Amino acid sequence: MDKIWLVIQREYLARVKKKSFLLVTLLTPLIFPAIMGIFVWIALEEKDNQSLRIIEVVDDNNLFFLESSEQYAFSFSNLSEEKAKELVQNGERYGFLHIPNFELEDPKGITYYGEENPSMNLISYLENNLKKKIEEQRLFESGIDPKIINEVRTKVAIKSITLDDQGTETVSDATVNYAIGFLAGILIYMFIFIYGNQIMQGVIEEKSSRIVEILVSSLKPFQLMMGKILGIAGVGLTQLLIWIVLIGTLTTIVTGFLGMQMPQQQAMEMANPEIAQGMANNSDVGEILLVLSGINVTQIVLSFIFYFLGGYLLYGALFAGIGSAVDAPSDAQQFMLPVTIPLIVAYMGLFVFVLNDPNSTTSFWLSIIPLTSPIAMMGRVSYGVPLWELILSMGLLITGFLFTTWLAGKIYRIGILMHGTKPTYKTLWKWIKTNN
Amino acid sequence: MLKIEKLNKSYGASKALTDLDLEVSKGVVFGLLGPNGAGKTTLIRIINQIIEGDSGKVYLNGELLAPKHISQIGYLPEERGLYKKMKVWDQMLYFARLKGLSPADAKLKIKFWLDKLEMSTWRDKKIEDLSKGMAQKVQFISTIIHNPPLLILDEPFSGFDPVNAEIIKNEILELKEKGTTVILSTHRMESVELLCDQVAMINKSQKILDGTIKQVKSSYRPEVFTITIDQIKQPIPAEWAAKQDETSYHFTLPLSGKTPNQLLHELMEYGEVAQFREVIPSMEEIFIHQVKSTENG
Repeated sequence: MDKIWLVIQREYLARVKKKSFLLVTLLTPLIFPAIMGIFVWIALEEKDNQSLRIIEVVDDNNLFFLESSEQYAFSFSNLSEEKAKELVQNGERYGFLHIPNFELEDPKGITYYGEENPSMNLISYLENNLKKKIEEQRLFESGIDPKIINEVRTKVAIKSITLDDQGTETVSDATVNYAIGFLAGILIYMFIFIYGNQIMQGVIEEKSSRIVEILVSSLKPFQLMMGKILGIAGVGLTQLLIWIVLIGTLTTIVTGFLGMQMPQQQAMEMANPEIAQGMANNSDVGEILLVLSGINVTQIVLSFIFYFLGGYLLYGALFAGIGSAVDAPSDAQQFMLPVTIPLIVAYMGLFVFVLNDPNSTTSFWLSIIPLTSPIAMMGRVSYGVPLWELILSMGLLITGFLFTTWLAGKIYRIGILMHGTKPTYKTLWKWIKTNN
Repeated sequence: MLKIEKLNKSYGASKALTDLDLEVSKGVVFGLLGPNGAGKTTLIRIINQIIEGDSGKVYLNGELLAPKHISQIGYLPEERGLYKKMKVWDQMLYFARLKGLSPADAKLKIKFWLDKLEMSTWRDKKIEDLSKGMAQKVQFISTIIHNPPLLILDEPFSGFDPVNAEIIKNEILELKEKGTTVILSTHRMESVELLCDQVAMINKSQKILDGTIKQVKSSYRPEVFTITIDQIKQPIPAEWAAKQDETSYHFTLPLSGKTPNQLLHELMEYGEVAQFREVIPSMEEIFIHQVKSTENG
């Protein structure tokens, strides 16, 4: 145990003391707010400097009037199609919208001409605008005053409350749950990949530089492997901790600074219109706080730490096993597939199944099977999971990493002393079966 | 010091060691000889408890080899390496601590050895900034830092320039004086003759020879004599291929079933026998002869 501790210390210090660690650790959290800041800044600049884009409209129906916005102005000069096209070619007009004669029930043939490819933004703006106009027209034709429609339009926001056996009511919000599950899942996925690879590189380095022969004359290969896995876990946790602190501080500073120039709501809309809308629906601050307090924070944090480490240990052992079997990182490719596939399945599963329907059968199995559970379960935990499922999943994950560690240990102890041979799956299997 | 009984080890179908018996007494330099693939590395790895034998027993100081003995063995493998990014001092401290030294004790010993081999100025250099010879010295110190009673050196001189090889050789002899038992595995026969008290030869997983250098040498006597004859009375037969230098003739002759006296008597017919000496084979010759004869037999 003493010796594992020595290895842990060495692996930890050797990495944390590196300049590149300091650089990555400090720069990465700077990059995200920086990119966000740059985007917001550019968007603000653009808004200020934007020249009004004039779009010529030729409406053969003589029915539609499009209101100009801050960005787009519409001119109705009753030009011919050819004339309008010419204007666009000369650059006098940004674009030209042709609305041919059509039945209101079946609006077809609306065409936009522009010198440059129109942005999604513009097209959807035009579409929405026209849709609204056509709808209004049709309502009008069927004898309903569009004004009345506007008046009866109502906003509905459903407050969802989960009710448990004891009858405790908890306010919940799928958006918040989604965000938490999404973030936690991605973090675990990235952590496993990045640090798993570091384990593998470390093992290959020791093997190819022949340090390992000296090391294993002083301690058991298993101690060496575990020391490395745990030491690197420590590096990862340190990095994560620093990131959380740094990102937290920086985001507060950046949003605080930009918030003075731009109302929060607008900034959010620019960043992500959908989320902003979701937030707008229950924009009452008290409501959001209620939702946050309804989330079982302790459970989420504890599960996160558990799955974070559990997943890492499960895959870390496999990465160590692979590293021990090969002489160079390039040889590792052939063994990476069985490790990466379950990880990617878990990652895809998180988005396709778990976050959309946390209680479906697929989500259940993804969150129970140890290879996928670290990522998938985090998507479910934020929505709330029955305790027995959580315990089952955690139990299986522990069993899982004990198994992979045992398996990797068997490969490792022989692999690290083998040089010059390119092992196949068959040889690995032989090593696993060998007893000493 | 070290006793091995009926040790067997095989990798799949191929045998690495067959019923190997070996005894190394305390305070000697023991040469472990054999061609590549003979099983030397396997034997060394078993003594170091890196791998386990299939059957047979290994005793260290009369006790069955156990994990606690790790701290009593120093091992310098043939293929060796250091962490390139680590500093000399940190590296040595790590290896010393892994061998079970306390931090204070380890630091004291490292300081001692760095001073002794005049490397103190290198303590904060990274291994990748050292010359190969320097790195080898660091490696050597790391091997002996915990004062192991048993030292196993696999090709210790490879990679050293003659000056540093000499330093290491002297260190090995000094350690021997202090009672350290050294097992030296090497192909370099001149260092065997220079350093070793006892040798064992392994070929194709089996021990083919062991004993003191003298015993081994006497076990293989090619029974050839070098002869010099002056003042020729009758011409020397051409098939003896004698080299003439002024009035002397030099050549070698095998006994061919005669006793040395009979041969000498014959030679006296040809002139004054100025030199009549049995050829003592070098370890190298014995090595090659033994390997060949086991391969043919």
